[in-house]
Amino acid sequence: MYRYDEFDRQFVLERTAQFRDQAERRLSGELTEEEFRPLRLMNGLYLQLHAYMLRVAIPYGTLSSKQMHQLAYIADKWDRGYGHFTTRQNIQYNWIKLEDTADILQALADVEMHAIQTSGNCIRNVTTDHWAGAAADEIADPRPVGELLRQWSSLHPEFSFLPRKFKIAITGAPNDRAAVKVHDIGLRLHRNAKGQAGWEVMVGGGQGRTPMIAVTVREHLPENELVPYLEAIMRVYNLYGRRDNKYKARIKILVHEIGAEKFRSEVEAEYARHPHQTTEVEERELARIAKYFAPPRFEKLSRFVPQFEEAKLKDKDFGRWVKNNTAAHHVDGYTIVNISLKATGEIPGDATGEQMRVMADLAEHYSFDELRVSHAQNIVLPHVKLSDVHAVWLKLKAHNLAEANYGLVGDIIACPGMDYCSLATARSIPISQAISRKFADARKQEEIGAIKINISGCINACGHHHVGHIGILGLDKKGEEFFQITLGGSSSENASIGTILGPGFAGHEVPDAIEKIVDTYIKLRSPGEEFLSTYRRIGPQPFKEALYAAA
Amino acid sequence: MSTPEKGQVMTANRLRDGEVVFLTRAGIWSEKIDDAVLALEPQAAAALEERAQQDVKATAVTGTYLFDAERIDGKIRALHFRERIRTLGPTVRTDLGKQSQGTAGAFAAVEE
Repeated sequence: MYRYDEFDRQFVLERTAQFRDQAERRLSGELTEEEFRPLRLMNGLYLQLHAYMLRVAIPYGTLSSKQMHQLAYIADKWDRGYGHFTTRQNIQYNWIKLEDTADILQALADVEMHAIQTSGNCIRNVTTDHWAGAAADEIADPRPVGELLRQWSSLHPEFSFLPRKFKIAITGAPNDRAAVKVHDIGLRLHRNAKGQAGWEVMVGGGQGRTPMIAVTVREHLPENELVPYLEAIMRVYNLYGRRDNKYKARIKILVHEIGAEKFRSEVEAEYARHPHQTTEVEERELARIAKYFAPPRFEKLSRFVPQFEEAKLKDKDFGRWVKNNTAAHHVDGYTIVNISLKATGEIPGDATGEQMRVMADLAEHYSFDELRVSHAQNIVLPHVKLSDVHAVWLKLKAHNLAEANYGLVGDIIACPGMDYCSLATARSIPISQAISRKFADARKQEEIGAIKINISGCINACGHHHVGHIGILGLDKKGEEFFQITLGGSSSENASIGTILGPGFAGHEVPDAIEKIVDTYIKLRSPGEEFLSTYRRIGPQPFKEALYAAA
Repeated sequence: MSTPEKGQVMTANRLRDGEVVFLTRAGIWSEKIDDAVLALEPQAAAALEERAQQDVKATAVTGTYLFDAERIDGKIRALHFRERIRTLGPTVRTDLGKQSQGTAGAFAAVEE
């Protein structure tokens, strides 16, 4: 894993001291609210519905056991014993006091963490595949590039006051688990006809009130040119991006207003303006960073582990969990363990301090000290020996962390919604809980198969509803919550934006509506066909009929 | 039940810890909505605005605004469910927030 160098460490410590001083000056009245607000936001401290909320950056979703232990400590000492893992692979604390915040930032700095650039019109936390460095289908671990981009974008003076916030996602695998096509910039590693690895650069994707799929501006960019090329993109955006209207300020609007061709030529022209730009610094830095992401010392193991196979047969619950919650590792004898933070009726993405400690300890003992946060609000142990999986499962089970629903209907993405968020127009968590209870039967979930239900409590779409196979958007209709359902969204390599099915529903009607949609799918699917494929084959009409015909 | 009186309540978050607070007749900030003063006239609401702005300057509170509410049998009910959630705490964690601290408002966030 990446370790801070002296510059990183000093910079984070200075920033913490600076914030301590700023908070004290606000509390003493020396700073006005107008002066202080942007300062606290630059350090990830928001004011939410019930209290302050602190958003902590987890670069590319990677954590060490020690860092996870510290997150648990913060949850117990300064919050209410839990934290919320977000769709940006970060963690948020919901009950933070301003007067404690500097101490919390110091506790984060102690384990090489911070909350910088988790807010504001800057380049936010770079996100990636939560199976990076472990997945069987991966070309290369994308995290060294993620770290390079983090260092490049941290406090970059030219890109600290962009027209609007800016999100970059990267994937090193052909199966996109990082939703790169719905980010401001998406990067995808792939091989060209000659077998050389290079990056497809996609720009202008996004969700929110104007969801869009990114367009490709470069098919195959050599890795050493990534930083200067991204710089060219940022400059074009900084120059032409709209600042007159917040809702039209994201790069997606620019790309789609002037058109992909024009945008591409602007970027290439800007890039060509520095034709002999040397990339030696980037190359040297990337090589240095890559060392920190060297693969752990995997043992040479057999692909077949008799006691593991036996345990699966002996204990059906374990067998089911292995089938749903583990994924192919690129090293024989290892697997990727996906810990669902979606136990039936629980709050998606929430984990108690105790659960965080359990997961941290498991990572330390069984996964080379590493954990990942996924954008679907789950936790991953990336490198577990097959012979250890049963022990891991037993421990998870004892702490309500062994729900066997990874990727199934109960594995719902939900933003905090009106229960916590001051921007929300409706609650999203209770809807996810009700749906999860409706489909509590594990067998039923397996029968339905792979499906993504995503719920947002407002048009800003933190719950990724536009790219849910089934998306649910909570709105306020004359002071009452009501919910719009979309179908056919996807954040994969075949990304698409869902379309609204018809009139919305009251909250209590949503679980039944979802059941009707699922039943319609089951009735009409071809053998082995997943929900999204069925929808793409038959279109919305049969679902509309099932939902609205009787009414 | 008497006819509800309709008006506006001034709310904010306490600066040092973020706690949701409401402005009372005495001009102090209370954690309980039932302590709040209900401004029945625009002038009264304006006076609350002025008082709130002073307290923002005086570093007592932040994020001040007025919301519509009514008084029913001596209890104050926010008209919008968002504000009712703020008088209680998260509906999904009834063990947290005002509803767990004896400072809750008297009305449910939403009628299920």
